[in-house]
Amino acid sequence: MSNHISDETIEYVGILAQLDLNEEEKVKAKEDMEQMLEYIDTLNELDTEGIEPKTHISDTTNVFREDVVTNGDGSDDVLANAPLKKDEYLSVPKTIG
Amino acid sequence: MSKQYETVIGLEVHVELATKTKIFCGCSTEFGGAPNTHTCPVCTGQPGSLPVLNKQVVEYAMAIGVATNCDITPICKFDRKNYFYPDNPQNYQISQLYLPIAHDGYVEIEINGKKKKVRIHEMHMEEDAGKLIHDEWTNSSLVDYNRSGVPLVEIVSEPDMRNADEVMAYLEKLRLIIQYLGASDAKLHEGSMRADVNLSVREVGTEEFGTRTEMKNLNSFKAIARAIEGETKRQIELIEDGRKVVQETRRWDDNKESSHAMRSKEDAKDYRYFPEPDLVPISISKEWISEIKEKQPELREEKLARYKEEFEIPKYDAEILTGSKHLADIFEETTKLSGKPKKVSNWLMVEGLRLVKENNMEMEDIHFKPASLAIIIDLVDKGEINNQVAKEVFELVFKEDIDPEKYIEEKGLKSVNDTDELKKVVEEIIANNPKSVEDYHNGKEKAIGFLVGQTMKAMKGKANPGIVNKLLKELL
Ligand SMILES: [Zn+2]
Repeated sequence: MSNHISDETIEYVGILAQLDLNEEEKVKAKEDMEQMLEYIDTLNELDTEGIEPKTHISDTTNVFREDVVTNGDGSDDVLANAPLKKDEYLSVPKTIG
Repeated sequence: MSKQYETVIGLEVHVELATKTKIFCGCSTEFGGAPNTHTCPVCTGQPGSLPVLNKQVVEYAMAIGVATNCDITPICKFDRKNYFYPDNPQNYQISQLYLPIAHDGYVEIEINGKKKKVRIHEMHMEEDAGKLIHDEWTNSSLVDYNRSGVPLVEIVSEPDMRNADEVMAYLEKLRLIIQYLGASDAKLHEGSMRADVNLSVREVGTEEFGTRTEMKNLNSFKAIARAIEGETKRQIELIEDGRKVVQETRRWDDNKESSHAMRSKEDAKDYRYFPEPDLVPISISKEWISEIKEKQPELREEKLARYKEEFEIPKYDAEILTGSKHLADIFEETTKLSGKPKKVSNWLMVEGLRLVKENNMEMEDIHFKPASLAIIIDLVDKGEINNQVAKEVFELVFKEDIDPEKYIEEKGLKSVNDTDELKKVVEEIIANNPKSVEDYHNGKEKAIGFLVGQTMKAMKGKANPGIVNKLLKELL
């Protein structure tokens, strides 16, 4: 197969995505990634000479809002979704200072 | 002979824009709100929420780009920068990598009369992260998302600076441009302007760059200068030792005046950028750019030239006054009211700067009504108060923003201009100081100064010194 994903790559991608994969899952993830790359290879066969790269799937541009405050205090909702909180803060495991 | 090294420095400067709302939602950007009160589903990364771009952010970014001689990108767009950290609720930061809004600009700096261009590689828009506070009690980190989604621009320079002086001049230049545009208050010590320093050293004469490190956590001009000195020394020592400089991110500790490498996990450069699908591209027409150019306010250099021309104030004074947009505004407002630019300038330069220094303030912290200073100048000119009283009143205006007329009235500080009343006092002083009178008659001109002083003292500082002088000369 032309798109071979090494064990190191899967390990690294797992770290970046913060996924804790077991051996079985790693094998499956490798297969999935290889298939994705193959699909991209197929796309790469297309002749795109002279075609401007697209920056977005939509042809719409310039969707803006004016600089006006429209939101009030959202803290109750935000804190309601927090797994852990302390006073008015969300609480998370200690980060490296 | 030992080798000669030169330092090569490039800067990444983050500037917080002065919009009322965040970059992608209608939450307020105001400082000082209780934790997490300026939040919504968008700026806390809730599933299903959609960002909508604040037009003012684009216009501020364009204005900065134009003022720093950048090309504005006709079609620009946002990308996702992926990383996991609790200050970033979406697990990605919306930024611009592939098509930043502005690129290839420069600003001109001046060091000891020598001009130099510092090139700007690119400038992009992005969102700020939340704030983490370490909690000693629970040994956890507390998160406040009020800053999450506050608009920033990041200005990336080319590695064109060679020492701390050039870095300071470049930062000062950026600060003034951005302040004058009204795009940000750009205060380094308050964090609305932040700089990361990319630094490498190389032997003088070599073309190739050395391996660079990136220094973070620099929140004052002094810290930046010290970090540059410290990192230059550290890298030269490594090279002289036959060791290698490692490309890494280092955190500057200004208390210890040294830096340490940040752990590799914090420094994962693999951000797996990809186009932000939730935001459509921004198309910037020539007409829009012209509109922004037309709206551009008078910048520092233009103001400086105008002050010298229009108000005929000395170059040094004009430089200080225009060195802060806020101070320049106070000067212009007061001048408009009093019509006496030189006197206004003098008051600000002498008494104003003295008080700023004594009270350990920034120019931006000056808050008094320009009308009050205009009134003080007017009263002095009319001879209704003398200089000593004027200084006393100005100090209170400066510190407490008092109403000068009311205060002078209440404290009875108006000068005594009544010649008859003053004459009596002067006669008394002459009678009581025969020695000085004799000195004066013997040609000691200075003796009159002592007699003026005695008269002022007797009048509790409220006499008109001009009249006292005149009376003394007549009566002697
Ligand atoms: Zn929000």
